[in-house]
Amino acid sequence: MTEHFADVYPGLTPRLVIGKSGSRSLSLREEIAAGTYAPVATGALIDQLEQADLRGRGGSGFPAHRKWRAVRDGAAPRVVVANGEEGEPSSFKDRWLLTNRPHAVIDGLLLAAAAVGADRAVIYLSHPETVSSVRQALVELPSIPGRVEVELHVVQHRYVAGEESAVCRSINGGPALPLAKPPRPFECGVDGHPTLVSNVETLAQAAWIARNGADAYRALGTSASPGTMLVTLGGACRRPGVYEVPYGLTLGQLIEDCAGGLSNGIGGVLAGGWFMGVADASLLEATWCYDAMRAAGSGVGCGAVTVLGHDERIEEVVARLARWYVEESAQQCGVCVKGTVAIADTLELFSRGSAEPDALAKLARWGTTLQGRGACAFLDGAANLAGTFSKIITSDRTMQPVAVE
Amino acid sequence: MKVFLDPIKCSGYGACADICPSLFAIDEFGFAQLLSDGVVAASDEDSARNAAVSCAENAIKIEG
Repeated sequence: MTEHFADVYPGLTPRLVIGKSGSRSLSLREEIAAGTYAPVATGALIDQLEQADLRGRGGSGFPAHRKWRAVRDGAAPRVVVANGEEGEPSSFKDRWLLTNRPHAVIDGLLLAAAAVGADRAVIYLSHPETVSSVRQALVELPSIPGRVEVELHVVQHRYVAGEESAVCRSINGGPALPLAKPPRPFECGVDGHPTLVSNVETLAQAAWIARNGADAYRALGTSASPGTMLVTLGGACRRPGVYEVPYGLTLGQLIEDCAGGLSNGIGGVLAGGWFMGVADASLLEATWCYDAMRAAGSGVGCGAVTVLGHDERIEEVVARLARWYVEESAQQCGVCVKGTVAIADTLELFSRGSAEPDALAKLARWGTTLQGRGACAFLDGAANLAGTFSKIITSDRTMQPVAVE
Repeated sequence: MKVFLDPIKCSGYGACADICPSLFAIDEFGFAQLLSDGVVAASDEDSARNAAVSCAENAIKIEG
């Protein structure tokens, strides 16, 4: 994976991967020429986000306007946080955005602060290259009348550090680990105040909507999944990278047209990051939009897609991923500690061909019973892995690999 | 009334499932789980309150 390589779906008029940003960082002069930081009214921005149906790009797909409105309706003082702690191991798009277009994120953060009435704005990061680029961007930030000061908060990288309650907990001086809900950050976040924790791409998309309008945003994509999205295409494809794509094409089209197609046949797909579990090759026929991906048993998630080559044993891949869940668990919730270990142990035995006869039944059960059980959604990811693996491995062994032609 | 279970605090003592089995159960890993979305039927409100009070870890919160 080339972390800083980005491109646009062929023929698409880009919104985020603009100018030469696909291959290098845009300068402040180039950003201003592109409209970044241009004065714009924010009084109706939340309504515009609703009309645009902008969804969170951190993985949840939660409607942005609902989160923003909930914070605005809370009692002052309020806080906004740009969440750039990209915990998902297969995703690079937030790092690309923060490295190549940090001003687009800061612009969105300032507009969010104005829209929800926040008097404190924080950028939350972990990856060194993003800390460096954002720090430089803050130094050269132009004078904008009435804008809030923007702080930088750097945290040690780990998967759960990007979860929104962990974000607030860390900024408050605690460990970057999730808290039980309620309350959620929109009710009680940084310093106990209503806090908008928003993914950095969501903020950049919101800034684009503020300047171009909801109708223009909806001109691409589908009616139910409008707009464009940054995806990270990786694994066994010819040109891995970050791509700006419209919703509504098939996953196979995205891999073919952006990433040059499969490089080693196909043995399976991890779509929506590792969080959504594993799928067989038929997922390439599914439309890249929220409804179709969910209907196919997967999800858009944070937009990361990993193609597994035809010679990768799916049993070994899921066993490795399951052990990663054990190691990355925050070790806070008993059910997560025990549940991730049970899933990993079972998948490892399965991979070695020595699983008990009821192993698949257990995995299928955990795929359901461990959903929504932890303080955060981390355990749901391990449960998704168990549940999706049990499905594809039992559906007439559709995981028979297909060699590249 | 609605109950919330804090999975960080829960240590699996199981008092909740004994006192209010319509709302709580102990799962196969030994930890409490909610059997619904947490909304409490009027007939279960007293036992839900007892379950919360009896939890040694204060892992059950009641709103409403």
